[in-house]
Amino acid sequence: MPSEYRLILKHVDQPGYTPDIECYLRHGGYEVLRKALALKPKPLPDGRVLSPQEQLRDEVMRSGLRGRGGAGFSCGLKWSLVDRKSRKPIYLICNADESEPGTFKDRQIIYKDPHQLLEGIIISCYANDVHLAYIYIRGEFVEGAKILERAIAEAKAHGFLGKNILGTGYDLEIYVHRGAGAYICGEETGLIESLEGKRPYPRIKPPYYPAVLGLYQCPTIVNNVETLCAVKHIIAMGGTEYAKLGTPNNTGTRIVSLSGHVKRPGYYEVEVGKVTLRDLIFDPVFGGGLRDGHTLKAIIPGGVSAKVFKAGERVKVPRRTPDGKETFAELDVLDLPYDFDTIAAAGSMSGSGAIIVLDDSADMVEVLANICEFFAHESCGQCTPCREGALWMCKILRRMINGGGRKIDADELLRIADNIAGGRTICAFGDACAWPVLSIVSKFKDEFIARATAAEARRGKQTVDSERGAQCAAEPVSAN
Amino acid sequence: MSVARTTESKPAPPEVEKIRVKVNGREIEVPRLMPDWQGKLAPTTMLQACEAAGVTVPHYCYHPKLPVAGNCRMCLVEFGTPALGPDRKPILNPDGTPKIVKSPRPAIACATPVSPGMEIYTNTPTVKAMRQGVLEFLLINHPLDCPICDQAGECKLQEYSVDYGQSTSRFVEAKVHKPKAVQLGPRIVFDAERCILCTRCIRFTRDIVGDDALGIINRGSYNTITTYPGTFFDNNYSLNTVDLCPVGALTSKDFRFQMRVWFLKETPSICTSCATGCNITIWSRGNKIYRYTPRENDAVNGPWMCDYGRLNFKWIGRDDRLKDVIVRGQKTTWAAALNELADRLKHAPAGSVAIIASARQSNEELWLLSKLKARLGAFSDSVPRTGEADKLLVNADKNPNSNGARLTGIAGSELGANLGGIASGIANGKIKTLIVFGEDVTKHGLGPDLLARLDALIVSDILPNETTRRAHYLLPGCAHAEKSGSFTNAAGRVQRFLKAIEPPGDARPEWEFLHELVNNVVGGNGARSIAHLFDEMARDIPAFRSLTWAALGDRGVELKI
Repeated sequence: MPSEYRLILKHVDQPGYTPDIECYLRHGGYEVLRKALALKPKPLPDGRVLSPQEQLRDEVMRSGLRGRGGAGFSCGLKWSLVDRKSRKPIYLICNADESEPGTFKDRQIIYKDPHQLLEGIIISCYANDVHLAYIYIRGEFVEGAKILERAIAEAKAHGFLGKNILGTGYDLEIYVHRGAGAYICGEETGLIESLEGKRPYPRIKPPYYPAVLGLYQCPTIVNNVETLCAVKHIIAMGGTEYAKLGTPNNTGTRIVSLSGHVKRPGYYEVEVGKVTLRDLIFDPVFGGGLRDGHTLKAIIPGGVSAKVFKAGERVKVPRRTPDGKETFAELDVLDLPYDFDTIAAAGSMSGSGAIIVLDDSADMVEVLANICEFFAHESCGQCTPCREGALWMCKILRRMINGGGRKIDADELLRIADNIAGGRTICAFGDACAWPVLSIVSKFKDEFIARATAAEARRGKQTVDSERGAQCAAEPVSAN
Repeated sequence: MSVARTTESKPAPPEVEKIRVKVNGREIEVPRLMPDWQGKLAPTTMLQACEAAGVTVPHYCYHPKLPVAGNCRMCLVEFGTPALGPDRKPILNPDGTPKIVKSPRPAIACATPVSPGMEIYTNTPTVKAMRQGVLEFLLINHPLDCPICDQAGECKLQEYSVDYGQSTSRFVEAKVHKPKAVQLGPRIVFDAERCILCTRCIRFTRDIVGDDALGIINRGSYNTITTYPGTFFDNNYSLNTVDLCPVGALTSKDFRFQMRVWFLKETPSICTSCATGCNITIWSRGNKIYRYTPRENDAVNGPWMCDYGRLNFKWIGRDDRLKDVIVRGQKTTWAAALNELADRLKHAPAGSVAIIASARQSNEELWLLSKLKARLGAFSDSVPRTGEADKLLVNADKNPNSNGARLTGIAGSELGANLGGIASGIANGKIKTLIVFGEDVTKHGLGPDLLARLDALIVSDILPNETTRRAHYLLPGCAHAEKSGSFTNAAGRVQRFLKAIEPPGDARPEWEFLHELVNNVVGGNGARSIAHLFDEMARDIPAFRSLTWAALGDRGVELKI
């Protein structure tokens, strides 16, 4: 029977669990930090000595933890890439700019269990010799920022933060920095620029890899809220134990944000890869199925940037047989285990863990128009393909839903998206705005053609001039 | 931040490691490190390697003298690197060549360093498609108003449209509208709809000038370059952004709508507004100058020049230019005037003549005057002209050729030190003849009363002033744009300038009539071309020895002084 596995959300939503430090301490809070700070240098058989920091980093590497922000990059590997020889300060930034549409997991932690996040940050900072950390929080989380400020003050008062933490001589300051409401600030180098007080234009890589040239041109670690919380549990249980959760290379638990046309939308913490999309959508402990009388049409498996799955679509994915051999299996998308690798092999991504379920009441042209409005508004405008392409696609879709569609528009959308995707832009936003177009238009092309055909018929023998009129009517107010 | 200077006078840089890369299948060797925008050694980029291979990579935002932005995406290329086995050694193909793994994603050539064995592909169908895609994106919201755009003829959008453009637009939506004819500053007009947001202007004023005057507001396609509310883009280098702007977004208030660039003739010249000697191009049509633009010379001005120097040419076309040869108030011919002058000077007693030349004159003219000075045993000097300097290009010495005046012996190390002596020489009646070139000496201690005591006041100038009004002999001269010659800048660099337009009326280049006069007085009959004159001077003056007019080239030669 599929079920939730609450590790990070263990106490969240328990009756009587409050975000203050006393409550957190009553539930064993900051014990893992004490454990981490108490680590002693460990001599190895070959004569080398592992510092406490190296031991902590080794645990995270052993845990196989992958970033929960969207890219699923190995956390241990990210930490190992940090330039520790430059003698520059190392910064850690907690990316709390949760803004991928469909995602609402980090806010559960921030609002309901802020000290768990702080403990994760403090341990991660200690492990990486960081003395200054920032929590970059989404501007719209006004209350969340206040909660975090309060939690930081409490942690300081209890000696978990500030100078000489718990008498160990380790100093750490954490500052909360509020964003001003831009999706692009979730991109780590855009976030860094914003934190430096500039427009959040993502940086070109090379040369600006945050691990080497990050905040103020110093080595910087940027980790998602959920990732940093997972670090706490990894240190608590040991990397090897943590790696037993989930499936190989897709270890641990992750919080799924389930939304759309299901009976029980919400956030569910599950072991990675242990439940399928079918479980998440239809099982009574999760989504509980679609609204009565409706059938499944599409699944967006990892936030709106992810490529859409069409109901009934069959995908070929690698599977490991019980004796360890790699084979391929053809599965219905609903039977895909919800992890990083299988969803990627099926041509999409689990991204930020946001699953958006669409039933037969959804008009895919409207769905895509909605998604493209978002991306056209959020493109920072730094590089050409995304700046011009995102709004172009949006304008075509506005025209289509306002009755100005042409049959060639579907192919036009695919062509434009192709000119944005595939690493042609500075950051992943280009792919993020192109993938929904590429997948929705190609998988639901009949809907686009049908809508355009109907519109062309309605317009009948109207002249080109009046067609232009229809387009002008579709022209909305400026984005700003 | 200062303009990068070349290492001509510095010792040769140490040997740099070379690496071999392939560009479109052709193997070339490039240094592992090459100068970046500040001249510091940095890992060689794909774009630099392609340039070394003679392969052009189109680009908008990249500029060799600005920090890399990487935002236009026009320089995207495909590439591959040698495959490495588990032992970190290259995997070989059956024929012994290293196996190349092609990157699944393209890279921007402007910012991606090359690595040994890398293969760069700029001519694949994918690369062509990417360039076409970027160009299409840049044009969809562009007003396509080339017929009324000043940039037409020197516009990168036009140029790349020829290579990667399509004949029809697939864009049927309404374009984004943005502010037009924005007065960004006193000298700059901005059309936000033409702007492709390459940020060259922002980076220039922030990173080269140190004036963080420009920025971007709004998001996505609505991005617009602007100044902070209530402030202006008015630093003394603002017009460089007009040159930098690859499209017609930033235009010069002075030049816009004046002339199509393809009608203009380009003449290499030197800016005369200070002793820096910025290399410039004079753009003229017929006898009218339309604009100056900087001519790149890393040893002097890099690709920049100041706004003051750039606009300091209006006086050349003034209506009140001196056009006639005048002797004692009567218009006459050059031949008559020069013969009379030669006779007078030949018979002048030693010590009775003084020469006040101008450090705005060319080396050749100053040298000819110095020959006259030697023959007549004359006193001489030139007028100092100082003002404010800045950190970038503007020199405190406002004369373009103070060093020329010193090297030819017309002035001592301190310009103007002899002016007082000349004044008292006139006052006590010893000096009877004064030759003045290009200066209004009434402003420099030789008032009308003193000038009235002279037997002969011989003046050559370009514009009328109190001195020219009192001249017994008035010889109309030329602006530097109307003649050829050379200046020696503050750093001792000898640089030549060429004639762009004809002088007005009977005005003649000073070197030409001085040469005639000097030959009449001193004797001899030298060459009549500026090249021969320069070479003759170089043989005569120790500091210039070994120089030739031809060897000066377009970039000049730095003297050891």
